[in-house]
Amino acid sequence: MPSTYATHPEARDIVFDFISDYDNPTLLGAFWMTVKLTFFSGIGSLVWGTLLAAMRVSPVPLMRGFGTAYVNIVRNIPLTVIILFCSLGLADIFHVTMGASDFKVQGFRLAILGFTAYTAAFVCEALRSGINTVPMGQAEAARAIGLNFTQTLRLIVLPQAFRAVIGPLANVLIALTKNTTVAAAIGVAEAAYLMKQMIENEAQTLLIGAIFAFGFVVLTLPTGLILGWLSKRLAVKR
Amino acid sequence: MTEVSVAKQDAAATGELVVLKSVNKHFGALHVLQDIDLTIARGEVVVVIGPSGSGKSTLCRTINRLETIDSGSIAIDGKPLPAEGKELARLRADVGMVFQSFNLFAHKTVLENVMLGQIKVRKADKKTAEEKARSLLDRVGVGSQADKYPAQLSGGQQQRVAIARALAMDPKVMLFDEPTSALDPEMINEVLEVMQQLARDGMTMIVVTHEMGFARSAANRVVFMADGRIVEEAVPDQFFSAPRSDRAKDFLSKILHH
Repeated sequence: MPSTYATHPEARDIVFDFISDYDNPTLLGAFWMTVKLTFFSGIGSLVWGTLLAAMRVSPVPLMRGFGTAYVNIVRNIPLTVIILFCSLGLADIFHVTMGASDFKVQGFRLAILGFTAYTAAFVCEALRSGINTVPMGQAEAARAIGLNFTQTLRLIVLPQAFRAVIGPLANVLIALTKNTTVAAAIGVAEAAYLMKQMIENEAQTLLIGAIFAFGFVVLTLPTGLILGWLSKRLAVKR
Repeated sequence: MTEVSVAKQDAAATGELVVLKSVNKHFGALHVLQDIDLTIARGEVVVVIGPSGSGKSTLCRTINRLETIDSGSIAIDGKPLPAEGKELARLRADVGMVFQSFNLFAHKTVLENVMLGQIKVRKADKKTAEEKARSLLDRVGVGSQADKYPAQLSGGQQQRVAIARALAMDPKVMLFDEPTSALDPEMINEVLEVMQQLARDGMTMIVVTHEMGFARSAANRVVFMADGRIVEEAVPDQFFSAPRSDRAKDFLSKILHH
């Protein structure tokens, strides 16, 4: 049986034409925003999460206390609350605008701040479980040749810990990619923001849902596959 | 002129390098080191033997403060062991340590293992560090394995790399914590030979081991420990042929028959 589109070429136009009606943002533009949010928040949370993990294993009780408190508070607050706090709290009440002059840029930067603060707690915990997989003797040998605490962590323990937790970190990154949809709540024009607009204006809600679901799978599936392959390749042999 | 410098070296060579005074340590209720007094002279090879749980490994590990002590004092080359921080790191660099389980850095090649301390602690440039690492690896007989990862080497080879890694820091004293206990029997000798060579070259060594053959042939002194105390100290011949304490007699009778 010939497909509907073959017998009625205009059907394709009727079903899909609404997509081209959106130019603020466009479909691709919206997903590009999702990618940018994920990228910058990913880098930020990797750096901040690593610092938090270093604090949690540090010999200084104050740092350990801070790391533990941070992780336990931040990971238990809903992300929506954190993102709204960044916009309504930081920007509107405390006038933290991250050097942005217009509202859009400000929202974008505050969203990255919020995602970084939130995701770092999960990166920290993944990394800490990785640190636990590194045998005690590795750190002892490092200290025995005269490396200090920071060098031991940076040169010996963390490189091995990272390789052990590439898989769990991929989970965190995938979760982050999907979590960026929360930024729609503060008006950042990413995928979920556009989806909401389309659903309000169009009839094909099922199709719209499918398009955005597909878009996210396109973003996250390769992430998982590539990092899975990398984790096998970089595994430390003992 | 030459005579003067030789005389100086001799004076230094007779100095006390490691001095432990009434050292005590507890693991919870277990009094694992009890009033340990031990002095090791420059160039001396001291073998510590004793039954399991006698505290000999702990003793070895307190000397570079991988284990802290509860009371007493430890001095290395006249300087008391610093508590933490930079001073301690500097001291550890001067004290080479070889572990039972090798503990080579698993994510670095053999060559990188031997270069790391030189570059990061001694601040040597890469080229000098590599040359020295390669010559040390040749010296312990694993030069051809330089670019492999530790897991690709046999236990005996890994332990010889670990010795090279410690030697790369130009240590004043080397600590060996049961260096052959985790090895297959046929690999023990290749490690002992390297250690014997080191002893002949005049390295100050403290060796915790069950290898009585090594104690006999390479040690200047045998220290016998039991239940957290030093029970007996003697030159190897005297210790093995005529132990004074009953505890040592009992221990030797159990191990020397086979």
